[in-house]
Amino acid sequence: MTGPRGPDRLSSELRQARRAATPWPLAAPAVLAVAFLLLPLAGLLVRAPWRSLGSLVGDPLVREALRLSLLSASLATALSLLVGVPLAWVLARTRLPGRPLLRALVTLPLVLPPVVGGVALLLALGRRGIVGQYLDAWFGITIPFTTTAVVLAETFVAMPFLVITVEGALRAADVRYEEASASLGASRWTTFRRVTLPLVAPSVTAGAVLCWARALGEFGATITFAGNFPGTTQTMPIAVYIALETDPDAAIALSLVLLVVSITILTALRDRIVRSGPVG
Amino acid sequence: MTGDGDPASGALQAWVVARQGAFELDVAVTAVPGEVLAVLGPNGAGKSTLLRTLAGLVPLADGQVRLSDRVLDDVPAGIRTAPEHRGIGLVFQDYLLFPHLTALDNVAYGLRARGVRRTAARQSARRWLDRVGLAGHASSRPRQLSGGEAQRVALARALVLRPHLLLLDEPLAALDAGTRLSLRTDLRRHLTSYGGPAIVVTHDAVEAMVLADRLMVLEHGRIVQEGAPAEVARHPRTDYVASLVGVNLYRGTARDGRVALDGGGTLVAAEHATTGPVYVALRPSAVALHRQPPTPGSPRNTWTGTVSGLEAVGDRVRVAVTGSPPAFADITPAAAADLGLVAADQVWMTVKASELVVYPITGDGGDDEGAAEPDHGRPTT
Repeated sequence: MTGPRGPDRLSSELRQARRAATPWPLAAPAVLAVAFLLLPLAGLLVRAPWRSLGSLVGDPLVREALRLSLLSASLATALSLLVGVPLAWVLARTRLPGRPLLRALVTLPLVLPPVVGGVALLLALGRRGIVGQYLDAWFGITIPFTTTAVVLAETFVAMPFLVITVEGALRAADVRYEEASASLGASRWTTFRRVTLPLVAPSVTAGAVLCWARALGEFGATITFAGNFPGTTQTMPIAVYIALETDPDAAIALSLVLLVVSITILTALRDRIVRSGPVG
Repeated sequence: MTGDGDPASGALQAWVVARQGAFELDVAVTAVPGEVLAVLGPNGAGKSTLLRTLAGLVPLADGQVRLSDRVLDDVPAGIRTAPEHRGIGLVFQDYLLFPHLTALDNVAYGLRARGVRRTAARQSARRWLDRVGLAGHASSRPRQLSGGEAQRVALARALVLRPHLLLLDEPLAALDAGTRLSLRTDLRRHLTSYGGPAIVVTHDAVEAMVLADRLMVLEHGRIVQEGAPAEVARHPRTDYVASLVGVNLYRGTARDGRVALDGGGTLVAAEHATTGPVYVALRPSAVALHRQPPTPGSPRNTWTGTVSGLEAVGDRVRVAVTGSPPAFADITPAAAADLGLVAADQVWMTVKASELVVYPITGDGGDDEGAAEPDHGRPTT
C-alpha cells in the first residue's frame, strides 16, 4: 500500500533509532501511549463477529451509511477548500483591524463541543433560526434534518483544521516570490493562483486531509442539526452509535468498515503528500 | 506582444525618499537608456531599499519617479503605480525562480501573466533561454540548476518582458568566484544589448567597475559620491570609497604644495595650484618602507611609524603602519621577507611628491551632496 518507498523509509528510521538510544523517561511513556492507542483497536478486532461480517457489511443500510459518510465528508471538504483557503489568505496576509478576534472565532469550533455546534447551527439555520426562518418563508428552503445539514455540520466542525494549516503555511511562505511575480507584471489574483497556491499546495492537501478525516468522524453536530434518518442523514458514526443499542455485533462491524476505509484513504493520501513534499 | 514600446526610449528620473524605522533613504537617481548605473555602499546603506522603492515594492515616503514619459509615482500629487504596472524588471539577489515551474515556464511567466498565449509565450521564452546559453535546460526545475544557471534564467525572465528599467540586486553575489568571473562578462554583454537604463546594486568595487558606466555610492541613505568609475577611483571622497578602491585617504589644508593633515603630519605634493581644504589620495603601492632612516634623497616625504599588521592582498603584502599620518603600504613578498617585518617594528616610509593626488573637498565635478561627514585624516584601505 505504501509503495516502493515503504521499505526505504523503514530502514532509515531503524538506522536513526540505532544511532540515538532513547532515554527511558521518554521511552516508557511513549510505549504506554502506543499501548493506550492500540488497545481499543485490539478490542475491536478481538470482538469482531468475523463469521457474520460479510452479511453485516453487505447490508443495504450499512452501504447507504457508508456512501452518505464518504459523500458528505467530501462535500464538506470541498466547501471548506472553497471558502477556507481564501479565509486563510485573509488571516495570513491582510492587516484587517479585527484579525485576532477573527482568528479566535475561526478556531472556536475546535474547542466547542460538537453538540453545542449543532445546537448553534439549529438556532441559526433551523426552521425558526435567525436566518433559517427567512430561508423557509421566502424560498421554502429547509435545511435541518437533510443531507445539506449533514454537510454544513461537518463543514462547521472540520473547516478550522484546513484554515489553520493553510494559514500557517502562508505565514511561513517567502512573500518575495509574490514580489517577484508582481515585478513580472502579474496581478495579485494571478500571483495567488500561479505562485502562492502552488507554493503552499502540500499544506493545502494536508489541511484538506485533516478536514476530511474530521468530517468523516463527525457525530455530535451532525446528530443535533441533521438527526438520524437512514439514507439522508444517518452517517457511519451515527449508525455505529444507534447499532450499539440494538445490535452490538453490527456496531463492531460498522466500526471496522469505517476504520479500514479511513486508514486506506489516509495512507494513500499521506503517501502522496510525502512524495510531493514541501516545495522550496 | 512584449511590453509596451522600446526600453531604449526613455530615461529614469527619480527622487526617492523612503523610511524604515529610524532609517531614511533620500536620493536622486537618474539613468539614461543604455547606461548602467552601479549603486555601491556598505551593508545597511539603503541600496536594496532604493531598488525595492523603484520597483514599487516599498512605498515612497516622498518624491517622484519618472520613467520614459510616465510618472510612476508622485507623492505630492498622490500618484502611485503598483509593481505589476510599472514595466520595471527586477532580478533578485537569490533569483527567486518559482520552484514549481520549469526554467522555460519561469521565463514565460511574465508573458503569460500579461495574457500572451501559452505557445507564443513559450516560444519567446525559448529564444531567451537560448540567448543566455541555456537552451538545453528548458525543462529543468530551479533546484536542478547551478547558481550561475539560475542567475541567467532570472535575467532572461526579466529581459523577455523588455522592461523600461532593469534593476539587479547583487546579481553575482550568490555565485562562487570562478562562475562570477565568467558571468560578469556575460552580464555586461546582456546589459549592453538590453539598451534601456539599468541599475546594479553591488558591494564589490571590481564588479561595479566592470559593469557600470557610472557609480553612485550610498552611505546612511545618502549619496556620498557619484561619477565615472575612473573618477571615483582616483578621487575618493569618503573612507568607505577609499577602502573600496584601495587607497589611503587624508584630509587636510593645502598651501604652496604643502598639505597640513587634519589628523597630524604634513605631506608635500608636486602640485601647487590647489589651496584650502583638500583630500589627499595615496596608493599603498606608492609607499616605500625602510628599516633604517633613509638618506635624504628625491622622495620629498619621509616619516616614521610602527607596523600594526600585515596581510596578503593579491600578490602583494599590505603593511598597516601607525604614524603621523598612518598609512597602508603594499610591498612585494620578497621585500617583506628582506625587511623581516613583524608587528610593533619601527619603519620609515617614503613617498614621492608626484604620487600624491590632491583635490579640493568642495567642487571638483564629483557630486558632493551629502558628503557631510568625510574622514578625518585616517587612512582607509
